[in-house]
Amino acid sequence: MEANHGSSGFASLLLAVLGIAVLVFLVMPIFIVVPMSFSATRFLSFPPTALSTRWYLEFFGSPEWTRAAWVSLQIAFVTCLLATPIGIAAAYGIHTASGKFSRAAYTVLMMPLMVPHIIVAVGIFFIYARIGANNTIVGIIVAHTMLAVPFVLITSLSGLQGFDMTQERAAQSLGANRLEAFLKVTAPQIKGSIIASALFAFVSSLDEVVVSLFLSGGASSTLPKRMFVALRDEVDPTIAAISSMLIIASLAIGLAAMIATRKRA
Amino acid sequence: MPVLQKKTMLLLPGLLIVGALLIVPIVWLLGLSFVSEGRLSLEHYQRIFDDPTYVKSFAITFQIAGTVTGLTILLGYPLCFWMLRLKPLWRGVALTCILIPFWTSLLVRSYAWLILLQRRGLVNTWLQGLGLANEPLALMYNVTGTVIGMTHILLPFLVLPLFASMQRIDGDLMRAAAALGATPLFAFWRVFFPLSLPGLTAGGLLVFVLSIGYYVTPQLLGGGTTVMAGQLIQRNVELFSSWGAASAVSVVLLGIVLLLFWVMNRLVPLDRVFGG
Repeated sequence: MEANHGSSGFASLLLAVLGIAVLVFLVMPIFIVVPMSFSATRFLSFPPTALSTRWYLEFFGSPEWTRAAWVSLQIAFVTCLLATPIGIAAAYGIHTASGKFSRAAYTVLMMPLMVPHIIVAVGIFFIYARIGANNTIVGIIVAHTMLAVPFVLITSLSGLQGFDMTQERAAQSLGANRLEAFLKVTAPQIKGSIIASALFAFVSSLDEVVVSLFLSGGASSTLPKRMFVALRDEVDPTIAAISSMLIIASLAIGLAAMIATRKRA
Repeated sequence: MPVLQKKTMLLLPGLLIVGALLIVPIVWLLGLSFVSEGRLSLEHYQRIFDDPTYVKSFAITFQIAGTVTGLTILLGYPLCFWMLRLKPLWRGVALTCILIPFWTSLLVRSYAWLILLQRRGLVNTWLQGLGLANEPLALMYNVTGTVIGMTHILLPFLVLPLFASMQRIDGDLMRAAAALGATPLFAFWRVFFPLSLPGLTAGGLLVFVLSIGYYVTPQLLGGGTTVMAGQLIQRNVELFSSWGAASAVSVVLLGIVLLLFWVMNRLVPLDRVFGG
């Protein structure tokens, strides 16, 4: 489809203008927040009339905000440590086994992506209320792990699909056991996908709002929960500073994941 | 029943956690939705059809989801079609522009629109500067704000599967049509568009299905007036502690969502939709 199939110049131009406009619409809101977060005034203007790091200092000087950020980072880290092996094991199981069971298991494991988060949140809240797990960091970690499993599953499955499984069987016929064969032969070759899936698991937990809104509170409040609650009351400019930092973090993680999976190909 | 293969044991941790935290609560909610004052009853479902608040909420949910789906198709289809003609380098740049919002937190994107759409915000300043509006328009804390924010957030979910499916269309077909005398528009309409339909339908369904379950964006950009089904659930739980009502709404919403995913899966396998 790369060749120009004889359409008029005007139509092509119109299409290009439209395409670029949509790309600007996609990217602009995200990049406008960053300069605005350096506004000196309480009302965030663009471009800022006077620059300052006031809202960043506000964030780092507030025990509430920094505590929430720390809680979120810890939760995201442990979620990543748990969801990555669970997801990879499942991907490996689905990839090597075949038939109805693995197909059904795949659908079940993808469910966290399909069920609206508000329903997930209400459901877990109800279960946690019975066992006293609401407002605990462990409770949020387990919930976030469940939500992150499909991300790991998709990413590592696509890695496994590009890998020639006969290599692993060859290793086994040469005397390696299954685990050895996976760790020494398969894992190094799908390393990119494994790294990418761990990064996606981390970021999915770091950004998660709705479930944390229900399950976390007080000292266990995550950063997105505090941001959401603050936004409901007033548009606090500190959030612009936090958002900018989150944007930079997501971009770095997203690019890292993209580079990691590209190397594999 | 055959003995479980050793390999399927690898699926157990994942199935266990999804089972305990997703399947069990859903079954629980399902049970709860049929109980009222300790007796079996359809009261909670009856309410969804009788109570104007509920009817209105479901109506606005579908209205917003439909509008958002329509807008993402309107914006996304030309974008994808244009991207097909780009050289690999520029196509990569365009794809990165689509992935950047995809990677960014939903909350951050809703916040960005909160700043942009406010009365003295950038969009109003521009509209007035261009002479398109005489006074600041009410662009948020209403349906308009919700639709703008959700369109922005969900556009990548349409574009990624649609673009992937368009890339699989054989370009020679269009050239053959042209060689046989078809005008570009005719070739597009009779050859390319029908071939892109499965991808478009899958992407559109995905956007629609994600829209009807949305909570964060309508809550922040919709103000108190736009109550979508997700917010109806939250209000029933947090404000009124009426679990029966919340669970019935959840069951109806989930039923629609899963049905649409099932339809989508028939058109394009799920892993392709999510895998991009």
